[in-house]
Amino acid sequence: MSEREVLELLRENARYSTADIARMTDLEEPEVDAVIEELESAGVVRGYRAVVDWDKLEDEKVRAEVELNVELDRETGYGDIAERLARFPQVKALRLVSGDYDFDMEVEGDSIREVSMFVSEKVAPVPEITQTVTHYVMTSYKEHGIELGDGDEDDRLSFSP
Amino acid sequence: MTFDLADRVQTVPPSGIRRFFEIAEERDEVISLGVGEPDFSTPWAARDAAITSLEQGKTSYTANRGRKDLRVAIANYVTDRFNLGYDPDEEIIVTAGASEAVDLAFRAFVDPGETVAIAQPSYISYEPGVIFAGGEPLAVPTREEDEFRLTVSALERAGASEADMLVLCYPNNPTGAIMTEADLEPVAEFAREHDLTVLADEIYAELTYEGEHTSIATLPGMRERTIVFNGFSKAHAMTGLRLGYALGPADAIAAMNKIHQYTMLSAPTTAQYAALEALSSCGSDVREMVDQYDRRRRFVLSRFREIGMDVFEAKGAFYCFPEVPAGLTAEEFAEGVLREQGVAVVPGDVFGAGGEGHLRVSYATGLSDLREALTRIEAFVDERT
Repeated sequence: MSEREVLELLRENARYSTADIARMTDLEEPEVDAVIEELESAGVVRGYRAVVDWDKLEDEKVRAEVELNVELDRETGYGDIAERLARFPQVKALRLVSGDYDFDMEVEGDSIREVSMFVSEKVAPVPEITQTVTHYVMTSYKEHGIELGDGDEDDRLSFSP
Repeated sequence: MTFDLADRVQTVPPSGIRRFFEIAEERDEVISLGVGEPDFSTPWAARDAAITSLEQGKTSYTANRGRKDLRVAIANYVTDRFNLGYDPDEEIIVTAGASEAVDLAFRAFVDPGETVAIAQPSYISYEPGVIFAGGEPLAVPTREEDEFRLTVSALERAGASEADMLVLCYPNNPTGAIMTEADLEPVAEFAREHDLTVLADEIYAELTYEGEHTSIATLPGMRERTIVFNGFSKAHAMTGLRLGYALGPADAIAAMNKIHQYTMLSAPTTAQYAALEALSSCGSDVREMVDQYDRRRRFVLSRFREIGMDVFEAKGAFYCFPEVPAGLTAEEFAEGVLREQGVAVVPGDVFGAGGEGHLRVSYATGLSDLREALTRIEAFVDERT
């Protein structure tokens, strides 16, 4: 149960200190460290990343959502294709999805040209891939559950009964 | 020439909190733990329903007692959550905040000169409400050694056996105390024995962090003498929408409705649409907020103990009630920590008898602000010890 609680806190803010997590869960600090170590070594927690609002930065990254359709044969399954694509560092996320297309792939690069070249030269030629549709991200409003707007100001009175 | 004010209004002193407002205004970068309302906004689905109702032109009065569909939803909700059974046609009234409902009850049930016992420390409106209604408030102080639960000995010490009515608010503002079924049983017996009407303000019922909330109205022989108050302000983060309700026997609710129909007419219509949506689809939002409060609660309690301030294990609402270190009054501590460190907390005396020597600290504030506020409080305490 404490594993679940710690995981939830890390998902909320991976930079909470061990001491703060201990205070919020009524665990001892060494217990929190042990739980986190277990989550990491079991491969439940795979990494920690910042949630970035690229619009706030000068050197914006170019991101695209790419729809992929594939045709499977006797020797090749979804897993084989995915494994091949996921190895490219430009691919930030890759998911098999239900619906009109098979894979949903997130690609990141420094320019539109770079991303386009990647899709046309590295992805499209994969023999099982029959179609790619590339959607460039224009503006992001919410990432990983965090709204990227200016947020609501706390306009409560400083004292209320 | 001074205006001719009514005596019963002049009797009520101005709120003790006013002075602190002014100090807080003068200072920048105040982190306020003095707030008695959620830091969350109303769940979006409820706000969206309110907006839609406005777009559809739903801006007329509703039935005096509130929309029928809302009363039915309330009846189902209190049955599911708190095991309370009330008829939506005759035993439920929707009001402009639970505050209005409490005021209606004082005016509907208290005759001039009747005594109303109030478990304290508690929300600041009960005493003035009793006085405005012509009654005589009787403070029943609760104590830290009882974890601020109301006990029969506290009632006896205060002379509450002679009272006509008893007001209690659990989970409690300002202490964060809760009362379990076992804690409530002797109080219920006392009320039956001395024939007291009971007003149970259960506005913080959802914010119970250990065990399940028990309403005193569910105990044997209590339904017929109890009015239960609840609303959407705290659990559904809807304070500004002003929507609450009262549950009680048909004749009692009819009497409250008589005043309500001549004064308020009906509770805000837009808010009623928001509330209906809140009950039908915002359960998971409420659970998420309750989880957040619970984490902050544990964080704040841990920090006070690390700082070396005594604090009892508050298990409800979104307050804790630490003891002021020796050598300072609550008022001095609250003023000092506000002026020197820019942290706003409320001295416990404001909430009546039993609150002296304590501070109400609200954790309805984000964790990063709580962390900073506790660091500042620690600095303030360290300078004095």
